[in-house]
Amino acid sequence: MPTMNIIQAVNDALRLEMRRDPDVVVLGEDVGKFGGVFRATQGLYDEFGADRVMDTPLAEGGIVGTAVGMALYGLRPVPEIQFADFIFPAFDQIVNEVAKYRYRSGGQYACPMVIRTPYGGGIRGGHYHSQSPETHFVHTAGLKVVVPSNPYDAKGMLISAIRDPDPVLFFEPKRVYRASKGEVPEGEYEVPIGKARVTREGSALTLVAWGAMWHEADQAAREAEAEGIDCEVVDLRSLQPLDTETLVASVKKTGRAVVVHEAPRTCGFGAELTAILQERCFLHLEAPITRVTGFDTPFPYTLEMEYLPRAPRILKAIREVVTY
Amino acid sequence: MRREHEVGAVPRRQRGNHREWETGRFLKEFPLYRLVAEDGELVGAPDEVTLPDAEVLRLYRLMVLNRALDERMITLQRQGRIGFYIGSIGEEATVLGSAAAMLETDWIFPCYREHGAALLRGMPLVTFLCDLMGNAGDAMKGRQMPCHEAWRPGCFASISSPISTQIPHAVGAAWAARLKGDAMVALTYFGEGGTSAHDFHTGLNFAAVRKIPVVFVCRNNGWAISVPRERQTGSETIAQKAIAYGMRGERVDGNDLLAVHAATRRARERAAAGEGPTLIECVTYRVEGHSTSDDPRAYRPAELVEPWKKKDPLLRMRRYLGRRGAHDDAADEKIRAEVREELQRALKEAEGFAPKPPVESLFEDVYAAPLPHLREQLAELEEAIAADPRVANPRHSDA
Repeated sequence: MPTMNIIQAVNDALRLEMRRDPDVVVLGEDVGKFGGVFRATQGLYDEFGADRVMDTPLAEGGIVGTAVGMALYGLRPVPEIQFADFIFPAFDQIVNEVAKYRYRSGGQYACPMVIRTPYGGGIRGGHYHSQSPETHFVHTAGLKVVVPSNPYDAKGMLISAIRDPDPVLFFEPKRVYRASKGEVPEGEYEVPIGKARVTREGSALTLVAWGAMWHEADQAAREAEAEGIDCEVVDLRSLQPLDTETLVASVKKTGRAVVVHEAPRTCGFGAELTAILQERCFLHLEAPITRVTGFDTPFPYTLEMEYLPRAPRILKAIREVVTY
Repeated sequence: MRREHEVGAVPRRQRGNHREWETGRFLKEFPLYRLVAEDGELVGAPDEVTLPDAEVLRLYRLMVLNRALDERMITLQRQGRIGFYIGSIGEEATVLGSAAAMLETDWIFPCYREHGAALLRGMPLVTFLCDLMGNAGDAMKGRQMPCHEAWRPGCFASISSPISTQIPHAVGAAWAARLKGDAMVALTYFGEGGTSAHDFHTGLNFAAVRKIPVVFVCRNNGWAISVPRERQTGSETIAQKAIAYGMRGERVDGNDLLAVHAATRRARERAAAGEGPTLIECVTYRVEGHSTSDDPRAYRPAELVEPWKKKDPLLRMRRYLGRRGAHDDAADEKIRAEVREELQRALKEAEGFAPKPPVESLFEDVYAAPLPHLREQLAELEEAIAADPRVANPRHSDA
């Protein structure tokens, strides 16, 4: 089985789906001959040509807006937003058009597409190359939102997303784009959207994370183990639909939960998870559900490592929760 | 190294770009295209007429229906029988002339005043009226406020309220059609106010760069709610904006059905031939308020509207057909009587539907199949209604 990083896995998924289905097209800034600023579409232009791998003018609203028309007409567009920080010019198109098209037309039309975008900090990108805006989209009915943490999931979930009848926001953890490597099967396979994965079993508490922060949570769990604290780690993978069943089962078992995300705390997705867990696990809880998150500031440049909820901060929370 | 074509020729002595602004320059460059004068006389070249009399008559009848529909629905809104209405009184020639110039397989991406085009594309009048009522017969399942219809069988896209968002959709659909090898040309509508929105810019730019087969029709009706056209853009015309995008622009008398049809047909043919998109500015006038929620007396002197009443597009076509011996007063009265009857019948039928779609429809079509949390929320709502039926009563505090 070949070893790939996340970029290669994304590239492989796109290539396989474009070979399988002539309706799958890629569009965005620099995705053509250049292969994307992170090289996720490398080689696709040469294999599938300029008609299916389309360099667009520099306007995110236009990229998503034209993708809407393409989807309505029967293509499966996979628009790329170069950085998640730049998704906001397309916010109206995503929230008011993509998300509502099926609903508002009474099911006459559908708007399936996969909006791929690299997100997250830790790459010295400052305010505008570091943000994690997933919660805006989870809050919008009609969208599915997924965040893979590793190459295997990235490939399988992207294939699932492209085949999904609904619009999917596909957030790619750019901090670990190349650092996360693993065995990835050749050929097509699907990782179902809406299923979390318990990546480490334990009994002391449940650590919930996704994307790049799963790696920090996993690291914290290893360090906690050395201190005799046995953490269970859940890689959420899909934020909408949410695998409530897996989460609730884990927290009922451990009685404690720490939720980790790099987006700011207030109204971050951790708030929703915390609410769901207290609604469903109230009598099982031994300690308050705790969040370890980015702070309620714009994403910083120089102090980004202090900002990110990395393993040491997670470990501190783990200690506090188990001794509550 | 810079190539010549990137910068153009640079004169040795830079004189600066001091070209005097010549008022009226673009009005001259984009003269108002007209085929039929207000008195119904054919003033354009006869070989530019793209509509035979029988087709003009059919469209005239639709214009009469469109007008009667708008007038009746404004009354219904005042009676409280529908919640809201936004129509196209005075703009019927712009809407129907352009829509009729497309092929039936061409997609239409409407703004929110093109109900005439929806009817032209075969949306049953009853279905349209059910949309206004949001009742059990509504194809949109009561999810949108009135006048936000969609009609898939007629390739009539879904309407949203945000301004100009449909413009890039038209570009994407036409782009997709070209990739699939279909000869489809997309038509999209927006007002002159919509030309200020970013999606107008991105849509026209994307289309021009790739020569996407789209016809962009601007219904320049002079007003974006209370803001007049001269507070919307510093350009003398809307049509001239085409120059900067690298596409063809045309300025058309929007109250002249034949001119709108001919200009749109030409634009369609150019688009289909791979010559790229066209921006057509249809100069018309919003003789009524923006919608039933608006009273233009607060911002618009009545004398501004008066001249436009004389330019009524229905009157002009009636005179045109009369001059050609294709129509007369008796035939006109017959059409109006038929339209009244058709409307009355449809209204009765629409009001016969249950006032609300079933409650479970609230949770359908959010996704292709309901997600678990939506199934839970439906159960929660059903339980709440069962526990206290006032949950489903708009005036629960009266109960």
